[in-house]
Amino acid sequence: MIRFTLRRLLSGAVLLVVVTSASFFLAHLAIGDPTPGLLGDSATPAQRAALREQLGLDRPLMTQFWDWLSHAVRGDFGTSWRNFQPVSDQIELRVPVTLSIVVAATLLAAVVGLVVGVATGLNPGGVLARVLKLASVVLFALPGFWVSLMLVMAFAIKLQWFPAVGYVPLSHSGTQWLRSITLPSIALALGAIVMIAEQLRNGFQEVNNQDFVRTLRARGLSARRVTVHVLRNASPAALTVLAVMFVGLLGGAIVVEIIFNLPGIGSLTQSASQIGDIPVLLGLTVVTVVFVVLVNFLLDLVLGWVNPKVREK
Amino acid sequence: MIDAVTPAEGTAPAPAGRGLWSRYLRRPVGVAALAVFLLVVVAGLLAPLLAPHDPNFVDFALTQAPPDSSHWMGGDSAGRDILSRLLFGARTTLYGAAVACLTGIALGVPAGVAAGYFGGLTDRVFSWISDAVQSVPGMIVLLIVAAGTGADFTVLMVTVGAFMAPGYYRISRSRALAVRKEPYIDAARVAGLTHVKILHTHVLRAVHAPVIIQSALTAGIAMGMQTGLQFLGIGTASEANWGQMMNDGFRTMLTHPLILLWPSAALGITIAALAFMGSTLADLVSVRGEPAPRRRRSAEQAPEEATDRTGALVHPVEASALRIDNLRVSYRTPHGDKRVVRGVCLDVAPGEVLGIVGESGSGKSQTVFSALDLLPADGRATADGIWIGGQPVGDLSRAGRHALLGTRIGYVPQEPMSNLDPCYTVGHQLMEPLRAVHKLTRAQARERAREVLLRVGITDPDRVLACHPHQISGGMAQRVLIAGAVAGNPSLLVADEPTTALDVTVQAEVLELLRELQREYGMALVIVTHNFGVVADICDRVAVMKDGRVIETGAVEQIFAHPGDPYTAELIKASQDDTESRAELDAAWNKAGRTVRA
Repeated sequence: MIRFTLRRLLSGAVLLVVVTSASFFLAHLAIGDPTPGLLGDSATPAQRAALREQLGLDRPLMTQFWDWLSHAVRGDFGTSWRNFQPVSDQIELRVPVTLSIVVAATLLAAVVGLVVGVATGLNPGGVLARVLKLASVVLFALPGFWVSLMLVMAFAIKLQWFPAVGYVPLSHSGTQWLRSITLPSIALALGAIVMIAEQLRNGFQEVNNQDFVRTLRARGLSARRVTVHVLRNASPAALTVLAVMFVGLLGGAIVVEIIFNLPGIGSLTQSASQIGDIPVLLGLTVVTVVFVVLVNFLLDLVLGWVNPKVREK
Repeated sequence: MIDAVTPAEGTAPAPAGRGLWSRYLRRPVGVAALAVFLLVVVAGLLAPLLAPHDPNFVDFALTQAPPDSSHWMGGDSAGRDILSRLLFGARTTLYGAAVACLTGIALGVPAGVAAGYFGGLTDRVFSWISDAVQSVPGMIVLLIVAAGTGADFTVLMVTVGAFMAPGYYRISRSRALAVRKEPYIDAARVAGLTHVKILHTHVLRAVHAPVIIQSALTAGIAMGMQTGLQFLGIGTASEANWGQMMNDGFRTMLTHPLILLWPSAALGITIAALAFMGSTLADLVSVRGEPAPRRRRSAEQAPEEATDRTGALVHPVEASALRIDNLRVSYRTPHGDKRVVRGVCLDVAPGEVLGIVGESGSGKSQTVFSALDLLPADGRATADGIWIGGQPVGDLSRAGRHALLGTRIGYVPQEPMSNLDPCYTVGHQLMEPLRAVHKLTRAQARERAREVLLRVGITDPDRVLACHPHQISGGMAQRVLIAGAVAGNPSLLVADEPTTALDVTVQAEVLELLRELQREYGMALVIVTHNFGVVADICDRVAVMKDGRVIETGAVEQIFAHPGDPYTAELIKASQDDTESRAELDAAWNKAGRTVRA
């Protein structure tokens, strides 16, 4: 168990370093000279050269890379090239907003996906199962921002049940916070809900055909108790989808946040990319990949608990 | 937003047959989706001819104008004709989706085929890269790329395609892996074909259908990402595109919702069409084939084929442990009902051992599953009567019949490993029925579980109780299952091929154990087997089944001495031809010194 944990953590760390390093070179390669973006088109070549020197961009790329990496491993992502504020301060301010909607969407997907998945798994020929099949085909492909726009039109503008835009911090008011994240979370979660439900329904069908389910029935166990066994065996695939969805939700949150005017990492990413603010972009990349690694690690722990056989591979 | 979870995955796709296209055209949903998609393609291709106006021409009078006869969809906030922009926007959308799909195919398919076909290091390296790409939130990388390239649209869509590559990679890898195992690939190798040639002729053919299905999905997702980027103001600002139109509409959504509605509807319908095309194709290609017709009420079913009773009832009802009178079992298939048991009669008395013998497909297992009320959902059993312990079960409710399981009836399955739930410990699986069905306390259930494990010859029950099924051997798993079957003190034990899946040496021990337990508990024992050797070892009476009928029944000695049916004689001969394994079995048995081995 300890070896399993260590191995997982190590591979997560390797992934983190590889992905962020690749992002570093990709960003510098793609952006090249960021000074026109930072200073505007009216800046003279001398002003630009001065800024390049100030930012250390005149050094060889490998030197810059080691400089960035050696600070980053200590949690120091440098300062923004635009306002010279520490990158970590800006990210700290915005991560709670993004996490609010992404975690809410993940929970929503897990709970609703579980309920619908079990209901359709127990009655695969029923009306709900047909509706789910149809919905999963379409909702899987429709982007979150498209769904967001439709939800805003229907529930914020037509029915006025929820605010169309804006964010209220949890510390300010619990109910207001909940109202402000409801629509964005639903918009993000819809696709994940149908994917998880569909995965569970399939899993139920597969597990139901396995011999041990018949043996459990033959032991006299009630349908409810047999369902618990089936659910546990069917859950690994759904949990894996949930983890993959989490990565997708982090990306999808960027556009959804902009639609709902939420001050999360989405608008920060957008503004940083428009002016080529590389330290902010890299800081954001590190944070999101850390979340992804953590979620995958959690997934492995849960999968190992659900079916101990996977731990021994 | 980016991910490569594919609904198509997991259903092993069969190679696309020649009839795929014509079968596709027989699906109404598929035809409708294809028609809508072709409409979008035609609209995009012919936009210069179809568009009533220049998409970039600004007419201030048209600013946020409602639809009229010359501007069917009205004008946008800049005073441009929405319909014309929608038509030209379709070109951008389709071009972007095509670039993303082609990039995904170019990166994912060769890597997936190589990984699946060669395996080893190639597989590990590519799979790691694929997993890594999947764990990067693509939107951030896209924004980084957009920052540098001055938002060149083609470069952006190539990047989107790179994030779609893992989806292609996984399906290509799993198909190549499946094809690699086919014997004809080895034959091709022996015939001297090079890897390149084999990959080209055999593997690519197997991969192409799933790649097409994946492309329908990928195109839809790529369109979503593309419009998302354009919505943020990244991409082709100069050319008409749906994402920028949606942004325009979004900003005037409160006052002019129609401006948002048109491009949203265009995008939603196009993506939905692609999704339905993909799912229809996946349905057609998957080996699951046609869905079985829905369950019909029994009254609507074809009239029962008249069947004769076969077999014999030798005990009076009140003296029987199990009595089955004129049992018929049928299964629903896409081609109508298939009868697997036709009029079987048999019975067994307390303390008696009955063998049901026949080759696979003779209906012997279906007969016992019907008696236990454990047929799969698409199976249906009818009988003139089934009695358990002399009581007719036809009078009982479904719950009442279910209550007999685990209490009056014990069941020993065929394949030991697949009949234990891999997620739970042996202890949990033994104790759960004792606590839930027999209402024992936790401590009592544990004591009873230890007791039966010791009884079936497991010398260290505490260790085995804590084990998961994958940690014990097949022979031990079968002992655990026998322990589970007898733990509830049943009066009738039903064993379905209890030794078939076991090593020869273990088979004899398990049979001996069943006989001992049967005598000790005074149970009636029904053993289903294809092996007359097992019958000779343990049974008092035997019923021989063929094609869903009992063709012969009687005392074991009598049947061995004078088989009444040539088929019975053949079965007996087959098991005696097997003398080598019989001798081996007996030798092993003697060697084991008749001590029970765990």
